[in-house]
Amino acid sequence: MSMTQPPKSDAGAQMLAGARWRWHEGLFWLAAIGLFFLFGDFIPGVPTRLMLLSEIISLGLLALSIDLVLGYAGVVTLGQGAFFGLGSYVAALMAKAGMGAFPLSDPVVGLLAAAAVSGFAGFVTSFLVLRGSDLTRLMVTLGVALILAELANQMRWLTGGADGLHGVIMGPVLGQWDFDLWGRTAYLYSLAVLFVCFWISRRIVNSPFGLSLKAIKGNALRARAIGVPVNARLVAIYTIAAAIAGVAGALLAQTTQSASPDMIAFHRSADALLILVFGGAGYLYGGLIGAGLFRVMQDVIGNITLQYWQFWLGLVLVLLVLFVRGGVIGLIEGMRDRLTRKGDAP
Amino acid sequence: MSFVLETQGLCKSFGGIIATDNVSFKLPAGARHALIGPNGAGKTTFVNQLTGVLTPTSGRILFEGADITDWSVRRRATAGIARTFQINQLFADLSPLESVTLAINERENAASEWFRPIGSRTDIVDEACALLETLGIGDVRDARVGALPYGKQRLLEIALALAAKPKLLLLDEPAAGVPESEREQILDVVARLPDTVALVLIEHDMHLVFRFARTISVLVNGALFCEGTAEEIARDPRVRQVYLGEEDVGHG
Repeated sequence: MSMTQPPKSDAGAQMLAGARWRWHEGLFWLAAIGLFFLFGDFIPGVPTRLMLLSEIISLGLLALSIDLVLGYAGVVTLGQGAFFGLGSYVAALMAKAGMGAFPLSDPVVGLLAAAAVSGFAGFVTSFLVLRGSDLTRLMVTLGVALILAELANQMRWLTGGADGLHGVIMGPVLGQWDFDLWGRTAYLYSLAVLFVCFWISRRIVNSPFGLSLKAIKGNALRARAIGVPVNARLVAIYTIAAAIAGVAGALLAQTTQSASPDMIAFHRSADALLILVFGGAGYLYGGLIGAGLFRVMQDVIGNITLQYWQFWLGLVLVLLVLFVRGGVIGLIEGMRDRLTRKGDAP
Repeated sequence: MSFVLETQGLCKSFGGIIATDNVSFKLPAGARHALIGPNGAGKTTFVNQLTGVLTPTSGRILFEGADITDWSVRRRATAGIARTFQINQLFADLSPLESVTLAINERENAASEWFRPIGSRTDIVDEACALLETLGIGDVRDARVGALPYGKQRLLEIALALAAKPKLLLLDEPAAGVPESEREQILDVVARLPDTVALVLIEHDMHLVFRFARTISVLVNGALFCEGTAEEIARDPRVRQVYLGEEDVGHG
């Protein structure tokens, strides 16, 4: 406690500084743009991987939406995939009905519609997760996801059942850029959408509203006692996260020009949760980094031993959860703190 | 005389156990009141009904004349009832400054704003800093709450309650478990609280009670055993017998 005390008017500036963009964040987004030039069929000999990268973005955005409810508000969910799937069906159905013409086949219109529908579904089901323990919440969110997945499977006339929706024709992005075979438009479009959603999420977690979410996660009893409307805040963040998950699903449907039961299946919720914990919950970047590493590991380990890749994934996950707080990002922070001997992590 | 708080025939039972037994109680504005009683007398159960954590089995609770019996915890908090907890209930991963800023945000209805960065309302941050200074924990305002020494955490308990600018403050054993060296700081803070807030102290420690309370209620087996000024209670032989035993309580 020997630190000298700054004058009090600095305190606000210090808190504001906590919300300022850091250089390594700039690096992250620059790297994401760099991947476009590296894997976009510009360099001879380097394979084209933009479709895979777009899929990673969609998955990362889903994990980001889980981070908002789990990493910040402390609500565990196994059902975020339901909102993802809902968003993908909404986007695919709209584009299919629009036959490639504005407005129904316009990608941005599709995203907004997916966000609205998924957000509404999130709002309605949020009241189910207000009560109860972590276990109850896991089961309730899982149950909602299973119901939606089965509905998508059974409503064959609308969703195409087990075959899914194909022949979806997307209009050009903003009326300008058509989706191309290399996935260049798909990647830049996905990256732009990811950035916008990320930016909004970042504003949220650094706001007074975001602070109250952290307080609810830390101690809901005390939060209530100082006047925090705990339920209203949880409903709000659950709704926002569901809308973002819907956008993530719509992105995948639009860039792959299809929607399938696989997009709403339970394993997507579980994968996304795993990805978030793997990358580190409560940093916003955890889901994005986790999604990248998850798919790269899947590729690399899959090339060495196709059958056992989940074995190695599981092993890494267990080690990470047992020995490192905060996933991959927690690991990096820990190493940095040891190097700089800063003590408490920010 | 105006009363901040009043309970009428308050009863609470858990199954066959009567934890609060027909308590009728009045608290004048600006009171310095202590609620004492042996272990298991139902002090915390009583407080939990005042703050809305527990719903009474029967009876009414009035706050500034309004019937608040059916109000939620949050509504009571917003109306001006604040409490500290016997066992620390803090936000371990936040800093003291963030914790208090949050509480002031809620009071000012600024906490649902989602687009503005936390530190941008300098009036709120400055007030939070000033409050932390008043309680003598300004030096650790940016530390992690979970890593603070116990005594500082107890002071933050009080700071969080005061941030709401309450009209009624319920202090549930504020000095419990605090080492002797840090105790005096907490007693000072309690003694310096402004007269605009009515205080109810729930306490075991008789030194603290007689140093601070002007009036005292004794709770035994969930029922009000007796009430009076600190002097009357100190002299009352029945109180000595039932609660104080042979302990020396000769403080004024």
